Amino acid sequence: MTTELSVARGRGAEPRPPRRDDNDDIGSGKLSWRYRLTNLDVKVSPYLYIAPFFILFAVVGLFPLLYTAYISLFEWELGADEQPFIGIDNYTTLLADSQFWNAMVNTFSIFAISTIPQVIIAVLLAALLNTALRGRTGWRMGVLLPYVASLVALTIIFGDLFGVQYGTINNIIEFFGFDRIDWQADRWWSHVAIATMVNWRWTGYNALIVLAAMQAIPRDVYEAAWVDGASKARQFISITLPMLRPTLIFVVVTSTIGGLQIFTEPLLFSPSAGANGGATNQYQTVVLYMYQAGFQSQDLGYASAMAWVLFIVIIAIAGINFLLTRRLASSGEA
Amino acid sequence: MRYRRAGLAKVLACTAVLAAVATACGSGGSGTSSDGKVELTIATFNEFGYEELLKEYEAANPNVKVTQRKTGQAAPHHQNLFTKLGAGSGLADVEAVEEGFLSQVMAKSGQFENLKEIGPSDVREDRWLQWKVDAVTTKDDKLIGYGTDIGPLAMCYRKDMLEAAGLPSDPEGVKALFATWDSYFQAGDTYVQKTGKPWFDSAAQIFNPMHNQAETGYFDRDDKLVIETNTDKKTWDLVTGAVARGQSAKLSAWSPEWQKGFKESAFATKTCPSWMLGVIEGNAGPEHKGKWAVTAAFPGGGGNWGGSYLTVPKQGKNKAEAAKLAAWLTAPEQQIKAFKAKGTFPSQTQALISPELLNQTSEYFGGEKVGLLFSEQANKVAAAQYKGPKDGEIQDNVVSPALTSVEQGTSAEDAWKQVIEGAKKAAK
Repeated sequence: MTTELSVARGRGAEPRPPRRDDNDDIGSGKLSWRYRLTNLDVKVSPYLYIAPFFILFAVVGLFPLLYTAYISLFEWELGADEQPFIGIDNYTTLLADSQFWNAMVNTFSIFAISTIPQVIIAVLLAALLNTALRGRTGWRMGVLLPYVASLVALTIIFGDLFGVQYGTINNIIEFFGFDRIDWQADRWWSHVAIATMVNWRWTGYNALIVLAAMQAIPRDVYEAAWVDGASKARQFISITLPMLRPTLIFVVVTSTIGGLQIFTEPLLFSPSAGANGGATNQYQTVVLYMYQAGFQSQDLGYASAMAWVLFIVIIAIAGINFLLTRRLASSGEA
Repeated sequence: MRYRRAGLAKVLACTAVLAAVATACGSGGSGTSSDGKVELTIATFNEFGYEELLKEYEAANPNVKVTQRKTGQAAPHHQNLFTKLGAGSGLADVEAVEEGFLSQVMAKSGQFENLKEIGPSDVREDRWLQWKVDAVTTKDDKLIGYGTDIGPLAMCYRKDMLEAAGLPSDPEGVKALFATWDSYFQAGDTYVQKTGKPWFDSAAQIFNPMHNQAETGYFDRDDKLVIETNTDKKTWDLVTGAVARGQSAKLSAWSPEWQKGFKESAFATKTCPSWMLGVIEGNAGPEHKGKWAVTAAFPGGGGNWGGSYLTVPKQGKNKAEAAKLAAWLTAPEQQIKAFKAKGTFPSQTQALISPELLNQTSEYFGGEKVGLLFSEQANKVAAAQYKGPKDGEIQDNVVSPALTSVEQGTSAEDAWKQVIEGAKKAAK
């Protein structure tokens, strides 16, 4: 556990495709039947073995995705007597909906103040955990604890910390003579509170993934650098970061997807656990608005349109992040 | 068209996952079991107190087997209800519906059985309080639910805090304070001036019962949004005025801070449906025992918050049997037993005069005869306000947040514009 956390890093690990032996030229009819069967086995079996995943994906992933696109073209109210086709009306309404754009801004704001510090802290934390610490396993497991804890329990604790009138943080702030912060009403501070919850939960998880990749970096590279007189910081920038590139791309892309779909934290941060995201929607995220439209207003068509727009946005942002990360942590490899 | 599409989706889903979850693709629900018994299911949320009653029903009707599906909270229960109404299958034979979700259910009343037709003929409407029946009767005079329990409103208050402000605090003396909304807000002003502390927990908790007392709600009987022309603006001005004068503790109901507010003695009065007594006791804790009191008065008359109905969806298999079960469960004798088991306050006129109910006291609230008190309050409810299909949504997602925003510093006029805009969007 401590040393051999391996992560697929795409080097030298590609399986070879099944090979057909072209020289095997047997003409006999009796053998030919067997030959064909073997041939079929070689050709088809691999697909059969990986089929369960793709079948499941088609059922629970692809089908809902396409069906959502279909629903988004209707005025599809849950349980209504008829669902008229309205073409792209849902999309045009959506793009003119100020609440949607407000939710989009909130999502990006929370995403930025959670994901960026999160990835940076995770890399630094991993670098610390990668040094010769006493009780290393304990520390490494420790950073994963927030991820294991129940999200609902965490939200209750954070709700107490970020309480406006009786919250612990406000009590401390007031003790030092500053004004209390309205974590609920103030848009920026509500985003900070939610981002704190997200960071608390995911930083350790990402740190552990980065740590696993760090341990896979060959020691001799560092030794060579050390011989050449490179400082620790220099080694970190010129060796560790570039060698972490595939892992960082993975971490950044998954954090992007997760960050843009943030839902539970803002839902539970709301005092009455409603999907409003604050009295003036000041921390309502896109997924929260989607949930509200779909399951409280029961306007599934509109919610589906929102899901698709968000899907496209996420793909675009994840793509940009992928390119950025590849460039930032570039090495000679590529 | 809709049915064909739903059918296709179901076939696709079912063939694909047939091996994994074969059971979900059946006819979805009950019918007759292998031993020839009629199988019924009943879906409830929270605590209805039906566990023992269902055993009793099975013993009295040996040919019936009843399964209860319980959901912890009301919101997921109703979400399931609406999803499966849309899917056309999968609901229980008897589905419980809470008052807060009733307007949405009434909008889909075509998918529920008219209990006047399929229910037992000996069930008459005078079994319940008139307003309880009216709320579940459609415009074309169909009855789609049998009433179970209600939440009649009274006023809860802190005796010691009212005394500290020089206000009367005995149950009879405070009745004058809680006679009308004007006297209530006036007493609030006195209280705030004397103590510098807030009078009530949050604006939404005051606005909603005031709104519900009005003759016309957010919609008129033709489902036209009338929020701009009904009395809501007047109510809005009264409530936001009180907020401006420091009467609100600005604690949104059900938030952790609100719960803590009871312990911190953050407010002196609370609009109080019958089931709120347990909530107050739980939140305020033993150290405030005897300090909280409840009185048989509510500003502007009476009101109701909460309570449920039993409905029979059309998609069920044994609808007549289901209606029979629902009728039996909602009879006064059974609801009194449910009241004793879980404290659900009955909606049946006969149950409201039952000695078992009238003699119930609350030790926490100074030994008050709360059974009698809420029974009186239940009879003060004037009429059921007509609720449009989007009523619940406007209340929860438009008006209540706007009131919170006023408490957070938005001007009352701006927030009102927000309300109009939001209500129009919801009603669209």
